[in-house]
Amino acid sequence: MSRTFVGMPASPPPAHPAFPKAARDAVRNPTLRENLRHATHTIRAKRAKAVAELSDWAGLREAGRRIKDHTLHHLDRYLEQLEESVTAAGGTVHWAADAEEANRIVAALVKETGESEVVKVKSMATQEIGLNEALEAEGIRAYETDLAELIVQLGKDRPSHILVPAIHRNRGEIRDIFRAEMGAWGRPAPEGLSDTPAELAEAARLHLREKFLRAKVGISGANFMVAETGTLVVVESEGNGRMCLTLPETLISVVGIEKVVPTWRDLEVFLQTLPRSSTAERMNPYTSMWTGTTDGDGPRTFHLVLLDNGRTDTLADRVGRQALRCIRCSACLNVCPVYERAGGHAYGSVYPGPIGAILSPQLRGTASEIDASLPYASTLCGACYEVCPVAIDIPEVLVHLRERVVQGGPAVRRGDKVVLKPAKGHAAERAAMRAARWAFTHPGALRAGQRLASRTRRLHPRALPGPGRAWSGTRDLPAVPAEPFRDWWQRTQGESGEQGAGK
Amino acid sequence: MSSRDRVLGRVRRALADVTPHDGPYEEAVGRDYLREHGERTTGRTVELLAENLADYRAIVHRAGAEELPDLVARLLAGRGSREVLVPPGLPPGWLSAADVVRVQDLAESTPQRLDRVDSVVTGCAAAIAETGTIVLDGSPDQGRRRISLVPDHHICVVRVPEQVVSSVPQALERLDPVRPLTWISGPSATSDIELDRVEGVHGPRTLEVILLG
Ligand code: SF4
Repeated sequence: MSRTFVGMPASPPPAHPAFPKAARDAVRNPTLRENLRHATHTIRAKRAKAVAELSDWAGLREAGRRIKDHTLHHLDRYLEQLEESVTAAGGTVHWAADAEEANRIVAALVKETGESEVVKVKSMATQEIGLNEALEAEGIRAYETDLAELIVQLGKDRPSHILVPAIHRNRGEIRDIFRAEMGAWGRPAPEGLSDTPAELAEAARLHLREKFLRAKVGISGANFMVAETGTLVVVESEGNGRMCLTLPETLISVVGIEKVVPTWRDLEVFLQTLPRSSTAERMNPYTSMWTGTTDGDGPRTFHLVLLDNGRTDTLADRVGRQALRCIRCSACLNVCPVYERAGGHAYGSVYPGPIGAILSPQLRGTASEIDASLPYASTLCGACYEVCPVAIDIPEVLVHLRERVVQGGPAVRRGDKVVLKPAKGHAAERAAMRAARWAFTHPGALRAGQRLASRTRRLHPRALPGPGRAWSGTRDLPAVPAEPFRDWWQRTQGESGEQGAGK
Repeated sequence: MSSRDRVLGRVRRALADVTPHDGPYEEAVGRDYLREHGERTTGRTVELLAENLADYRAIVHRAGAEELPDLVARLLAGRGSREVLVPPGLPPGWLSAADVVRVQDLAESTPQRLDRVDSVVTGCAAAIAETGTIVLDGSPDQGRRRISLVPDHHICVVRVPEQVVSSVPQALERLDPVRPLTWISGPSATSDIELDRVEGVHGPRTLEVILLG
């Protein structure tokens, strides 16, 4: 396979090790493991309670799935409608085919304002395209304002969770980072800063306040965009989002094309499922909705940059396109036994965990070692599917992508049809084998997965179509989730060396 | 080719296998979920709002029209607030008993100026009982979005029961998407340290809600 298929120039880091190698390092780090265990277990229990409060959860989940599927199936229509509505409301819409183009557009827009610094509210899309680095190269400093993003930025670290990018850090580590680094970026940490969460939050408040108050340009993503009205929605907790969306004169939002929903009314589904699934709250502290610009309130100039960057390639895959339903709640990370042990960094992408394992190899292609190994970063236990508020069948997509890695076949990269070569005997194949070996030799991960599965998974018996049978055998894949993996392992172990997987 | 055409072209090619749905949108989606959860009397709905607000650490008060000015005065005095931001259309009576300097939010007021103000008093557009949420829509009794954001203390008056709805679907029906909307559920908070909710980051750290009626 050729490297030209890598669609995201900013990542993965060119030499990012395959998943099993990266995971092994994480598993050996006891602090990291304890931080992750503590955080994910806390949130699991709370989420289950928040979801149980709604007797119609299954109906909301199904409606969410259908809204997203319908939108994806008519994405051209809704994007055009969105463009029209945003423009009519006073905004300007830009289209970016890839990361590089999006970064170029944003940098030019910032330069037009004459400013050399921007405040940013956490956004997966801008992390995905490496916007901060691109702006830095143009002499523009981007300040992250979300507490966890701030911790990551100050610690010169990488995010490891969708919702809580610094989940791998405990309070003591956060205090040390604040003490050591805040001074270089602005207001230093208060004298005698302790490691109580309240004091750490206060330190962040003080540090960022001056930046908010003087900011002229804000950069955001969006959780939802409503085609019918042109409304954008940002869901957050701390108020840094409101600061970035309200105080600057210019607002630039970079949003993936899959974030559009058809109607205003559709928000009634996602504003119920997203907060409960992500932070386990009835409602997150702040949600901002804006439609273009408003006279005398908030930014006078609003730019929306619609981002493709591999999304249309993902859309071209009949099985894989369901990954575009994702509303980035991170529930699948929090229940995943592999994520809990391996940590977010092992996934080599801004999208870690189960959703990352199916999204990154589709957005970026499977040319790199890390992307080829990601579909194996799972025990197929199905817990991710069970908690997903838009019912993405992650195990189904994982199996589908494993086939693609091992058998090759038709795919779309950067809008062009290509035929991927089988990875057999290739570095990717070896990476895949190592991933399998890692998961299989960590029976704890498998067992935990199975326990969860037996408790939570509803049965949706079905066999995989076509070559998928190679994986699922004659049984219904999701009903006995871990078994195909073991089958596969035993079968491939039985054969000699690299000849292994799948054939 | 423009990037717009390129992206839209890719989308259309990617969907070659999909038969477009031509019926009404609502038919395609189907909404098999509830408009509200459980049946309650109006009084009980207001109580639920109070409970859920309090659960996320908003401080809830109740007052009749006559008691409101005294209550507002007491809350402001209790915090030692001297300067209070006032939206242009705030009913004048609400602050009539308070011994404070009223600060107007002028277009030329800088954020730094607003940051020196102690408190803000606003009305709201709606409140949602099931989630403990108040929604501001920038109407004259609420003002620009920034005034309920920069000061550290926000007093929000909800007219009960008329401004209270049970659920998120009912709230969206009432709201106008053209207006800038801010949904507020408790004071500013974060879950970023070990996934535990801690109150008090960038937004007002104290949110007091007065149920008026
Ligand atoms: S895949 Fe589902 S559970 Fe995971 S982040 Fe996306 S919406 Fe949430």
